[in-house]
Amino acid sequence: MELLYASCVGVLVTCGIYLLLRARTFPVVLGLTMISYAVNLFLFSAGRLTINKAVVLGTGADYADPLPQALVLTAIVIGFAMTAFVVILAIRGRADLGNDHVDGHLVKSNNKEHR
Amino acid sequence: MIQHLASLPILIPMLAAILLLLPPCGKSIPIRRVVSIVMSIITACISAVLLVHVYNSGPMVYAIGDWQAPYGIVLVADLLSVLMVALTSFLALAVVLYSSVGDDEKGSFFHPLVHFLVLGVNGAFLTGDLFNLFVFFEVLLIASYSLLMHAGDKHKTRAALQYVVLNLIGSSVFLIALGILYGVLGTLNIADMALKVSQLQGDDVYLAKIGGLLLLVVFALKGALLPLHLWLPNTYASAMPVVAALFAIMTKVGVYAMLRVYTVIFGEQAGLLNHMAQPWLWGLAIATIVIGAIGVLAAQDLRKLTANLVVVSVGTLVALVAIQHVSATAALLYYLVHSTIICAALFLLADLIAHQRGKVADRLAPGRGVAQPILLGGCFIVAALAVVGMPPLSGFVGKIWILKVTFDSERALLFWPVYLIASFALLVALSRAGTSLFWERKHQGRDHPEEEHAKPMQVIAVIGLLACSPLMVIFAGPISDYMIAAATQLHDIPAGINMVLKGGL
Repeated sequence: MELLYASCVGVLVTCGIYLLLRARTFPVVLGLTMISYAVNLFLFSAGRLTINKAVVLGTGADYADPLPQALVLTAIVIGFAMTAFVVILAIRGRADLGNDHVDGHLVKSNNKEHR
Repeated sequence: MIQHLASLPILIPMLAAILLLLPPCGKSIPIRRVVSIVMSIITACISAVLLVHVYNSGPMVYAIGDWQAPYGIVLVADLLSVLMVALTSFLALAVVLYSSVGDDEKGSFFHPLVHFLVLGVNGAFLTGDLFNLFVFFEVLLIASYSLLMHAGDKHKTRAALQYVVLNLIGSSVFLIALGILYGVLGTLNIADMALKVSQLQGDDVYLAKIGGLLLLVVFALKGALLPLHLWLPNTYASAMPVVAALFAIMTKVGVYAMLRVYTVIFGEQAGLLNHMAQPWLWGLAIATIVIGAIGVLAAQDLRKLTANLVVVSVGTLVALVAIQHVSATAALLYYLVHSTIICAALFLLADLIAHQRGKVADRLAPGRGVAQPILLGGCFIVAALAVVGMPPLSGFVGKIWILKVTFDSERALLFWPVYLIASFALLVALSRAGTSLFWERKHQGRDHPEEEHAKPMQVIAVIGLLACSPLMVIFAGPISDYMIAAATQLHDIPAGINMVLKGGL
């Protein structure tokens, strides 16, 4: 399970970083989303990966760590809001600047091939 | 009531922001401005009361919801954090005053956003929990994104997009660092982490080191430390000057977080990890001063110049963080207050000057003279003297203090030349800027229309900020006593841990 989990996080981060380095805003936003998924998974694993553990309710001595779950929830909410903001900003950038390049302008020679 | 005092600098800006969105304030501009100013004054007063209270009767630990540390989240109001809160509230008051004559109506929701930003910054200063610090970082960031877009045009959209994307990556790195540290230490309360980090063994040490250094990446990004400073000059120069003045405190949040984390958690008591970030901080800080000084020399307009001044001040502050000694921290605090206030004043001045020079705005090129040369020129020379560190203003005291605390160590060999040459570069750049802004006129004798003159409220805000510089010299005795007390308290780690973990409310 650990191997699967770790490679899942790793693949997500790798794809995320690759997409972040792209020049257009849409891949960048997708990259940010992927990284935030990876981060959420990673945070979740900070409480150690265990199965069949009880919730913290009751008197059982053997329970799962509830804090990472709370952290992940907070991180998801914040990440969601931030992604929404960056999408709106990207759309506005597209309207204001006339293109969706992160730097706000296209290199002339690249103009044709990207269209 | 008095035990809830520590939470008020967070709650009152939140209340203010919500009030400002509700109908009577949301509809009418005069009411909105009055309410915003009144609420800023209340926040500033509460912060001042908290500062006096903490100074007289010792630090406060406020357990939110009465959940005691380390299980609940605590707010820690010690001398350092209340100083930062008071500085933030004061700066916000000046910005709200300045904006209330027109700048706030160039876009929507200016006043609520300013109060949300203050909420985030104050929260980041007061919190005693690293995850809570992340949450407050996000609060202040989302407010800053929107403020950056205020009265937006093309260039702002581009700068804002880059700023937002960079900070989102920063937030992800922050979360990963927190995940690693929680996985290793089992806690996110700063005091509890300081306690646990010294007991680490084996592989956990390396994991904690990775986590701690990832945090450094985040704080370097927020604080604009080389090589993560590239966003700052563009962002600050494209934001509205009044917003940029408020942003002067945001790089200091990064510096403050470094100070907390690398002094308390990874400080001298951290066992195998003591002073782990020190070499990184030191080298990067020196490089930041150099790059900032080059940026100041190369700047083509006053706002970019001021933005690069912010970079230089961050470099100086981080160099002092890296020394990790009580006297260095005390000098840091003095310099931090001074540089934040003066940089904010310079941004506001840049706005006034740009407004009166017509088309050339604040570019350092010959153009129309300003309408009020004596007022603006006088303010500019005070700000320039203070920021360069010439006597008799606060910059001089701060500079002497910094040179004194770095003198004893072998660090002086590197730090003194870099810092002094950078100061000289600042002097050259600011003299040149002053000359071309005020003396190189093209269209002599043209009358300025009355409406171009600075409004009384704007003058009050700028002079209020600038007056802090001589005041910090006149009251240098009590202020430096306070800074030394705050630094001593920060460096007395066992007492801090005891206070948070056993004190409670």
